[in-house]
Amino acid sequence: MIEVSALTKRFNKHVAVDGVSFKVPKGEVLGFLGPNGAGKTTTMRMIVGSIYPTSGTVRIGGHDLLADTIAAQKQLGYLPENATTYGEMSVYEFLSFIADVRRLGGSERAKALDRVRELCFLDDVWHQLIETLSKGYRQRVGFAQALLHDPAVLILDEPTDGLDPNQKHEVRNLIRQMGTSKTIILSTHILEEVESVCSRVVIISQGKIATDSKPADLLKKSRYCNSVVLSVANKPKEEVEGTISKLPYVEKIETLENGSVRVFPKKQALIASEISQLASQNKWNMSEFAIDRGRLDDVFRTLTTVQKG
Amino acid sequence: MEQFTSIFKRELLAYFRTPVAYVFLVIFLVASGVCTFFIGNFFDSNHAGLDLFFTFHPWLYLFLVPAIGMRLWAEDRRSGAIELLFSLPITVGEAVLAKFAAAWLFIGIALVLTFPLFFTVNYLGKPDNMVMMSGYLGSFLMAGAYLAITNLTSALSKNQVVSFILSCVICLVLVFMGWGVFSRILSDYLPVGVVDFIVSLGFVGHFETLSRGLINFGDLLYFLSVISVALTATGIALNRIKTA
Repeated sequence: MIEVSALTKRFNKHVAVDGVSFKVPKGEVLGFLGPNGAGKTTTMRMIVGSIYPTSGTVRIGGHDLLADTIAAQKQLGYLPENATTYGEMSVYEFLSFIADVRRLGGSERAKALDRVRELCFLDDVWHQLIETLSKGYRQRVGFAQALLHDPAVLILDEPTDGLDPNQKHEVRNLIRQMGTSKTIILSTHILEEVESVCSRVVIISQGKIATDSKPADLLKKSRYCNSVVLSVANKPKEEVEGTISKLPYVEKIETLENGSVRVFPKKQALIASEISQLASQNKWNMSEFAIDRGRLDDVFRTLTTVQKG
Repeated sequence: MEQFTSIFKRELLAYFRTPVAYVFLVIFLVASGVCTFFIGNFFDSNHAGLDLFFTFHPWLYLFLVPAIGMRLWAEDRRSGAIELLFSLPITVGEAVLAKFAAAWLFIGIALVLTFPLFFTVNYLGKPDNMVMMSGYLGSFLMAGAYLAITNLTSALSKNQVVSFILSCVICLVLVFMGWGVFSRILSDYLPVGVVDFIVSLGFVGHFETLSRGLINFGDLLYFLSVISVALTATGIALNRIKTA
């Protein structure tokens, strides 16, 4: 559905996006991750055609964006970074304008407006001026604008930015729901969002793709993956550590600030059952026992931190 | 075409959604009235026509048209609306034309609202109404030329004030080039042919011919050319912004 190949954008001498290529098929929600200034927004702008790439191509549903711009853009819904900007219009007027541009007419138009009004919870502010809305509402108006023509492809630049936790939850549900029938690219720097919404993650760093994988695979890159955290109330820490270190698959043991013990397995092996066996054999009274699936922020930091020197 | 209409409609209504439209209309009507009656001494002139009214238009437009046009692109660039606009299935050309047409029609509305003057002249004397119509046509075309230039300066800067000043200066130069006082000074230093050429590039000469009731193909072509050149340049400027 979306094919990006060797996409490059240079601003004067600064290379903002450097040879980015990926394909997103229908039914996939691609999370676009990266530190600020990594080139996420620039890449998205090139995908929707609001700026031209220096080189490389974008194809949307088989249409080349540069050669057949209008046909490609018709299939797109885009939520820009600063969602809505025509402050002097009311929500209804703004969405009607978008409906006009998207050539929605007659009953189709009324239906589309009703649908996004409900979907994005805009009922209360329908006739309010956009400039008087809170950040969260503006974001929802932007979202409504992107969804109005029920596009096959959605490009969302930080869709949950500025929303409260409840709204974030709603929007994520919505994206997950739509993800089955559409092609979605969303950028974010909220890592939990990636885990809860995305079926695939692309991490971009300094304009280049640092990794392209499933969120679960990404977790495996974390040093914490499958490590076990425990604390034993009725035995001294040294004794516990000593006993565990005799297990075959234990790589190393760390003591945490709160006094708990973190056990790292060799090659991310599952060692939880062995440890719990040890615990029952030695009559440990465990006040904490948890298996870490891995941490995205840890992987994120490793992949996007620039090695200096 | 539908995309053109939707942007045209939005831009035109945008004037009326803010105080801009009302402030502009009031100032334009008051200023043109003051110029005609007090500075131009309309009644003393004892002439049934709108020549005096039109004489001041090149000067009035110098400030009022850039004030109307400065926001066209600068505002969209500053607010980021341009991001959304260019992601919609609209060509840059359509957007440029639609925004220009909306602002031009708005100035047209302001001109139409000077109709009491038209009727006053008809009440007081026996004017040649075709001459007055030709004057209105000339004024409208000249406003279009000012506006097209403002459209260009508006696309060149994110800052409305910069765009306003730039277009004032460019239009001032174009007014001066065709202004009698200025051309007389020039003729002391330059050959007649060169002075005539410079004058022919200015606004005033072409406008005066029209306001005297002479509809020349050349004058129409002049204003339409200024408009097309400025709008084409606006399109190029916007494409450069997308490429930069």
